[in-house]
Amino acid sequence: MRYAFFPGCVAQGACPELYQSTMVVARHFGIELIELRQASCCGAGVLKEASPALALSLNARTLGMAQHRGLPLLTICGTCQGVLSSVKRELDEQSALRETINASIEQEDERYRGGLEIKHLLWAMLEDLGLDRLKAAVARPLTGLQVAPFYGCYILRPSGDLKHDDPFHPDSLEAVITALGATPIDYEGRIKCCGFPILLEKAEMAARMSGENLVDAKTHGADCLVTPCPLCHMSLDIYQQRAEQAMGRSIGLPILHFPQLVGLALGYSPKELGMARHLVSTSKVLQKIGVG
Amino acid sequence: MRITFSLQRFDPERDHAPHQEEFRLDVAWRSTTVLDALIRIRQEVDPTVAFRHSCRSAICGSCSMVINGRHTLACKTLIGPEIERHGPTITVAPMRNLPVLKDLAVRMEPFWQKVRAVTPWLEQAGGASSTAQAVLTKETRSHLHNVDACILCGACVSSCSSLEVSPGFLGPAALAKAYRFVADPRDGARSRRLTMLTQPDGVWDCTRCNMCVEVCPKDVQPMEAIVRLRRAAITDGLTDTIGARHITSFTEIVRQEGRLNEGRLPAQMLWRHPAALLAQLPLAIKMFVRGKVPLPWHPPLDSIRAIRRLFGRWGTPSSWTN
Repeated sequence: MRYAFFPGCVAQGACPELYQSTMVVARHFGIELIELRQASCCGAGVLKEASPALALSLNARTLGMAQHRGLPLLTICGTCQGVLSSVKRELDEQSALRETINASIEQEDERYRGGLEIKHLLWAMLEDLGLDRLKAAVARPLTGLQVAPFYGCYILRPSGDLKHDDPFHPDSLEAVITALGATPIDYEGRIKCCGFPILLEKAEMAARMSGENLVDAKTHGADCLVTPCPLCHMSLDIYQQRAEQAMGRSIGLPILHFPQLVGLALGYSPKELGMARHLVSTSKVLQKIGVG
Repeated sequence: MRITFSLQRFDPERDHAPHQEEFRLDVAWRSTTVLDALIRIRQEVDPTVAFRHSCRSAICGSCSMVINGRHTLACKTLIGPEIERHGPTITVAPMRNLPVLKDLAVRMEPFWQKVRAVTPWLEQAGGASSTAQAVLTKETRSHLHNVDACILCGACVSSCSSLEVSPGFLGPAALAKAYRFVADPRDGARSRRLTMLTQPDGVWDCTRCNMCVEVCPKDVQPMEAIVRLRRAAITDGLTDTIGARHITSFTEIVRQEGRLNEGRLPAQMLWRHPAALLAQLPLAIKMFVRGKVPLPWHPPLDSIRAIRRLFGRWGTPSSWTN
């Protein structure tokens, strides 16, 4: 398994533990990641609001870099995955637009010719590694751990761009959670918005959005929540205290990045997976699976 | 084939809370829609089941509801694919984010109020001397294609994440309608419209969750219309909102560094709002202690020249200030 790797800004900024745990999991399975160090920010949908052509061209450049290396592109951020998938669809479907965008990219080896495969780590685990290999690698089954899957918007919608999970009834996170020995819990909030995009401008609305989902997960018996999107992680972990204030109750739900949950089941230590960086303590999760 | 329909029932004169009631029906599942089945349930089993419908052809927009968790039109939903995906029980609930009148029928008045609030008609440019006729070109018409296709069914409103927590939000349907007039060159009220739409409960309250894009039965893509309204507001100089500053600050940081720097974004967005900025401080300290705050001034990527070339080529309005 070999991929061009686009870690995204957050895994190199506010969530370094995502980058760290991804490397642990990749190394474990011998997944080779060729990092695109000179790729720009995907824009998270915000750059598109400024200038659609600018957002297209910056991302076309990223896709071109992967294509030039002859590799599929791997993401570890639901938002990056959504943005890049939308750009891919637009440029794959409209060759004239692709040519116009490519003409603005100086280097030949950064132009996008169309047809690139873009995969989130979650999907790579299911499709390329396979659940059987994943199950076989579990050294510390997460038996008894109730895990709330939280997808985040951009890995599900618009489903025409993503073409993976059913946007209202996704099951890829549940499949991995089950393979790791844990129990996925079913709750409405798993496909909803974490409120991150309006965290700074509409703080109360965002706190309410994340709060409703966190309480929903907690009420259904979750010991922790797992997400494939670090923006969701920021909203649900870093800002959980605000969600508690908005909901008028304590929540205290540990939020795990997707590769952290996998890493725990593979037997890695909390330190190797950067668990101490979270604002909401993960100690209850670790106790439940007999670590620490 | 015998199918179970689990309908949400609620009679405000009798019930304290909604409850599910199951109805079993033999249907030709390949050709029957959920609306066909609901009509049969009302005719053959229980005449008190309440729901709205009219054209049965996905044109009138009356039969919007939540079917197996999806906000959609009952007349457009065939039973076959539903049972293939979810098994032989079909769950039907009323639209969300609107008050339930009875069973599957909701009160649409709040929906219409918001559509009316965006003055969904063309307004003439000011002054009696304005006699010149603006022409709607083919290109502009194609631009309006998506938003013109709206049948006002409310599926987007039912699915809206922002409305769930903030009922005053204008919402995706009204904002898509507003864009239809802002983007029309024959309209003379662009400036007034954009000023109104950038107030609280307007375009900056959308969380860009893509729910409305996903559920719209007519591919209106309301969120894309909201994004265009935001861009129009900034282009027209309405940059003094935190929402607008989110976009301008984010863009400027990527232009300078090539990547987003979360260490800089809040400060750059909020410096004119000291209270909001100060409120970030305790969290910033906690994040710093855990190694989650990037250095405020990162060296730019080595490839920054190539990135800035694209900024230069595709540009951002020169009226932007930070």
